[in-house]
Amino acid sequence: MGPTLYRKKAPLIAFLLPAFVFLILFLYYPFIQNIINSFSDITGLGAPAQGLNTPWYANYATLFTDPKLRTALGNTVLLTICTVIFQVGIALILALLVDSIRVGAQLFRTLYFFPIVISATALGLMFNLIFLYNGGMLNQLLTNLGFAAENIDWKDPDHFLFTMFAPVMWQYVGFYFVILVTGLNNISQDLYEAAALDGCTGLNRVRYVTLPLLRNVLCTCLVLAITGSLKVFDLPWVMFGAGMPQDQGWLTGTYMYDQTFNRGNVDYGSAIAILIVVLGVLFSNIANRVFKPRNDI
Amino acid sequence: MKKITPAKAGTYAVLTFWALTTLYPFVWVILNSFRERGLIRKDSFSIPLPGNGFTMGNYDKAMERFDFGSAYANSLIVSIAVTVAVVLIAGFAAYGLVRFRFKLRGVCYSLIMAGMMFPVFSTIIPVFRMEAAWGIASSGNRWLSLVAVILPQIAGNLCFAIIVLMGFIESVPMELEESAYMDGCNVFQVYFHIIMPAAKSSFATVAIFSFLWSYNDLFTQNFFLRVPREKTITLLLNEISSQAGVDYGLMAASVVLIVVPVLVVYVALQKHIIKGLTAGAIKG
Repeated sequence: MGPTLYRKKAPLIAFLLPAFVFLILFLYYPFIQNIINSFSDITGLGAPAQGLNTPWYANYATLFTDPKLRTALGNTVLLTICTVIFQVGIALILALLVDSIRVGAQLFRTLYFFPIVISATALGLMFNLIFLYNGGMLNQLLTNLGFAAENIDWKDPDHFLFTMFAPVMWQYVGFYFVILVTGLNNISQDLYEAAALDGCTGLNRVRYVTLPLLRNVLCTCLVLAITGSLKVFDLPWVMFGAGMPQDQGWLTGTYMYDQTFNRGNVDYGSAIAILIVVLGVLFSNIANRVFKPRNDI
Repeated sequence: MKKITPAKAGTYAVLTFWALTTLYPFVWVILNSFRERGLIRKDSFSIPLPGNGFTMGNYDKAMERFDFGSAYANSLIVSIAVTVAVVLIAGFAAYGLVRFRFKLRGVCYSLIMAGMMFPVFSTIIPVFRMEAAWGIASSGNRWLSLVAVILPQIAGNLCFAIIVLMGFIESVPMELEESAYMDGCNVFQVYFHIIMPAAKSSFATVAIFSFLWSYNDLFTQNFFLRVPREKTITLLLNEISSQAGVDYGLMAASVVLIVVPVLVVYVALQKHIIKGLTAGAIKG
């Protein structure tokens, strides 16, 4: 039985109403409207829909035949895979290492988390300077140290995937690192001591004690990493703009923005947005299936 | 004193290497923002000293060519408004959901969890059209345009904020509230005098994150703010990147001008930032 203070339900309306007015007006209603838009014919951002498309599923048919969208999907899926392997992987290694030390742990946390609070726009500009062909940090470093004979064009078709993905992944390693470190801190020391009594130390301890106990937290990280990489927009947009180089550099986010804003294909942009949501739900369900959290521990 | 084992040395080597990757690029940009224009390409690693390539010229030029003052003002107006609104509205909702038992409670909670899933891509176009119909989006009026950004940004931060705050409010002991009620406080007084002070640090976390996400957001701002005098700091930077061309010193100085305020806030408040984010992420 709750306390008498909360028996009267009238104040509840005052507490919940503002939040749900905002959520309904700016989240749920637009989301449903967006589904309707994706079947309609809209030629400008402020323009009203001119009836349904003919056929009504025209935009979804285009999704399957649009070569640029195929490029965008390919890149995005690749980015998602790289994110899961490298971003969460590096974060896990760093978290395990930091968990094993005492001195300086707090300093490393602060330093690793730092890129996350910087706007992706500023980071994009910074990486433009770092990857500059003539005099960028990376090219100067490589040629000075003798690793490269001449400057590398980091944004040409051979290198752009690395140039686009590396900053995106680098920025959020600290995010997953901090989540994993917190997860590690929650593991009871008694379990480690029990494991040590059984002769389980070092890498074996990581393999048989730490990782299984970290499974729920790892799963959270994976779902966040997957949905996050589907939404990536700012960094690639600042660094590469509309699909550079030669329409090979699209991501679903940048392509949706370009179609909606620069080409006036509002209804097609809506369909791409729906595709992004569907992929997000699909991918995170797969991740949940594969790394299903166990609540029985 | 403990001995330094090879394993320990290796651990610190790896950790320091990653720390360098997060820190050094910023140091490099800061150094080069003080370097004379032609020298960046030849030698960007030395420390620029007076008489040896040091200049303040990049900053003078950045301030002169771009309206940083107005952009900072716009950014602060938007971000502070979003932060205040999110803290107030999310705090109310989290309190209501945690303390009251009612029929639709489960539904409300699911709706909030679902709200975290919608990417801004899938809502932005209808929001724009709705606000255009209301006459606040693309009206040409600076204040209306800022409001047009503030409203969807509030909604975008609410779900995360409610979930973080619910976690913290749950852990506030209920006896205090009960005795305050016996003393004649109504529910609203209980909320403002007991709950808010007790969950102060989580409100700080939510405030910091709403502020940072609003300040750093490019996508929503790019949709609604099209006129130069409406530009925020993120949009200004986006514009500089397309206009500065080969003036790398100017670009470096502009990056420093936007990063330094955030950096100061981060160092001052990092305890709240890291703690609060993990609480939210692990619950979510």
